Amino acid sequence: MKSMYHVSASPHIRSSVTTATIMRDVAIALIPASLLGVYQFGFNAFLVLVTSIVTCVLAEYLYKKLMKKPGLPYESSAIVTGLLLGMNLPSTVPLWIPIIGGVFAIIIVKELYGGLGQNFMNPALAARCFLLISFAGRMTAFGVSSFNEAQSSVTKNLYTFLNGAGSLDGISSATPLAQIKTMEAAASVADVVSLKDMFLGFTGGVIGETSILALLIGAAYLVFRKVISLRIPLIYIGSFVVFLLLFGGHGFDLYYIAAEVCGGGLILGAFFMATDYVTSPITKTGQVIFGVLLGLLTVLFRVFGNNAEGVSFAIIFCNLLVPLLDKYTVPVAFGKGGRKNGK
Amino acid sequence: MNKYAERLYNGTIKENPTFVMMLGMCPTLAVTTSATNGLGMGLASSAVLVLSNFLISLLRKVIPDKVRIPAFIVIVASFVTMIQLLIQGYLPSLNASLGIYIPLIVVNCIILGRAEAYAYKNTPLLSAFDGLGMGLGFTAALTILGACRELIGAGTIFDKAIPFLSNFEPMTIMIMAPGAFFMLAILTALQNKFKAPSATNTGSQKSSLACNGNCASCIGSECKENHMAIEKEKEEAEAAEKERKLKAAQEKAKMKQEGSEQ
Repeated sequence: MKSMYHVSASPHIRSSVTTATIMRDVAIALIPASLLGVYQFGFNAFLVLVTSIVTCVLAEYLYKKLMKKPGLPYESSAIVTGLLLGMNLPSTVPLWIPIIGGVFAIIIVKELYGGLGQNFMNPALAARCFLLISFAGRMTAFGVSSFNEAQSSVTKNLYTFLNGAGSLDGISSATPLAQIKTMEAAASVADVVSLKDMFLGFTGGVIGETSILALLIGAAYLVFRKVISLRIPLIYIGSFVVFLLLFGGHGFDLYYIAAEVCGGGLILGAFFMATDYVTSPITKTGQVIFGVLLGLLTVLFRVFGNNAEGVSFAIIFCNLLVPLLDKYTVPVAFGKGGRKNGK
Repeated sequence: MNKYAERLYNGTIKENPTFVMMLGMCPTLAVTTSATNGLGMGLASSAVLVLSNFLISLLRKVIPDKVRIPAFIVIVASFVTMIQLLIQGYLPSLNASLGIYIPLIVVNCIILGRAEAYAYKNTPLLSAFDGLGMGLGFTAALTILGACRELIGAGTIFDKAIPFLSNFEPMTIMIMAPGAFFMLAILTALQNKFKAPSATNTGSQKSSLACNGNCASCIGSECKENHMAIEKEKEEAEAAEKERKLKAAQEKAKMKQEGSEQ
């Protein structure tokens, strides 16, 4: 029987790309930014990242095991969720915060809705927003003071190891975005923040968002591997710039625009989270509308909201609109519609 | 079970308005930010339920069928106004925290639902007990929901700090709007998991019918099956009855025979 031809239904040519390889590529692409985050914020940041990843993987494993769901052996999506969640937390949080966040992301946002492919929101971002609302104080404590002999009981080297390179000069608790938002009207943006520091990642913020350079390297890898297309990120950032020119209140100040683009989680969100396959539209038109809406909402949240940052709320809100966008932007099948036979 | 006690059991457990029938979601989600608010809202609704059920049942032969809904609303609204004035007078702090949700009891679907489904068809005393059962079920559900949310969201229950939880850092989201959905979902899921007795949760096959005796879910082919099952049961019952009668007659005849023999 074994010598019989193997007959199967179409498709006959299969791609070697699987969920696991895509997730592996995303994880690889996030490594530069994570490394820079760990360099900047020290061993504490590393602990937060590891705790978050381990929690997500364990939560998924235990849930599937206890609920007797298929899906073990494992695909690596929980690792990516955990890494993204960890990168969205400040390095100063106690370790139970990534644990709560990881359990929330995997069990409530993902598995309860049917697991990977069925989640209606980006799990990592939903967990971040959950934590941000629940523990507002802890989630916005970005500041790391520089080493102080009188206060600290550890040696200077250990302190630097724990708190990272950023702690040599101290990291101010206000992120560049917050500094721009709270600066006096007369001051110019260039006096308040340094664009070079923001681009390289030597500012305060959550672990993964600070270094634009590292994030862009990761994004380039994803584009090169054809894991993401540039449509959503570029339209998102483009519409963000346009709406910021309209509503930002700083006129045509290029330094301000650049600082807003490099500040906060915009690059991280645009390339790594808005492009999540499950929670972004499938159709081209849908993706364009999705990107424009993201840009508009981010500007509205940043300029008119209470917080300096609005990327995560904008993305999870637009995630909710995805089924609607997909429903109303179904492309016309080839040969259907349009003008009838030259009439 | 006593038919009055049965009404209470039905309202509190079997057809609990919140966890089983999912009625009155608007106040359930909105006011259960603390156990006190939940209890207050539940008791206010219960009072209205009992009174409106009683009065509507009394008037059920007077109210014309075509305008019954407006008539119900007028009766309910009068009672709600009374309750609201009482709360404003004696419990101003509760009035402040419940706010618009007290007048909104008028359009609470539990109250209109019980008026339409029960009070309009049954006797006054039974209807009052039905209202009491439903009200107690609603109150219990709201209090539990409020207590759980308050415990996680603020670290207190009935505004009392829990001694051994002094280091607990409350999760503020639980006393905000999303927390209501989380907690309601968790409690409902637990209730289903542990198979609490309810109209929608008949774990073991209690009835020989395909729909498990639940008329609301009886559809399509199940319906036919059910009819067959009912017919069969009827036939069996009739046959058994016949046999019993036959036996009784035979025994009587025997007895007579024996009697005459002696």
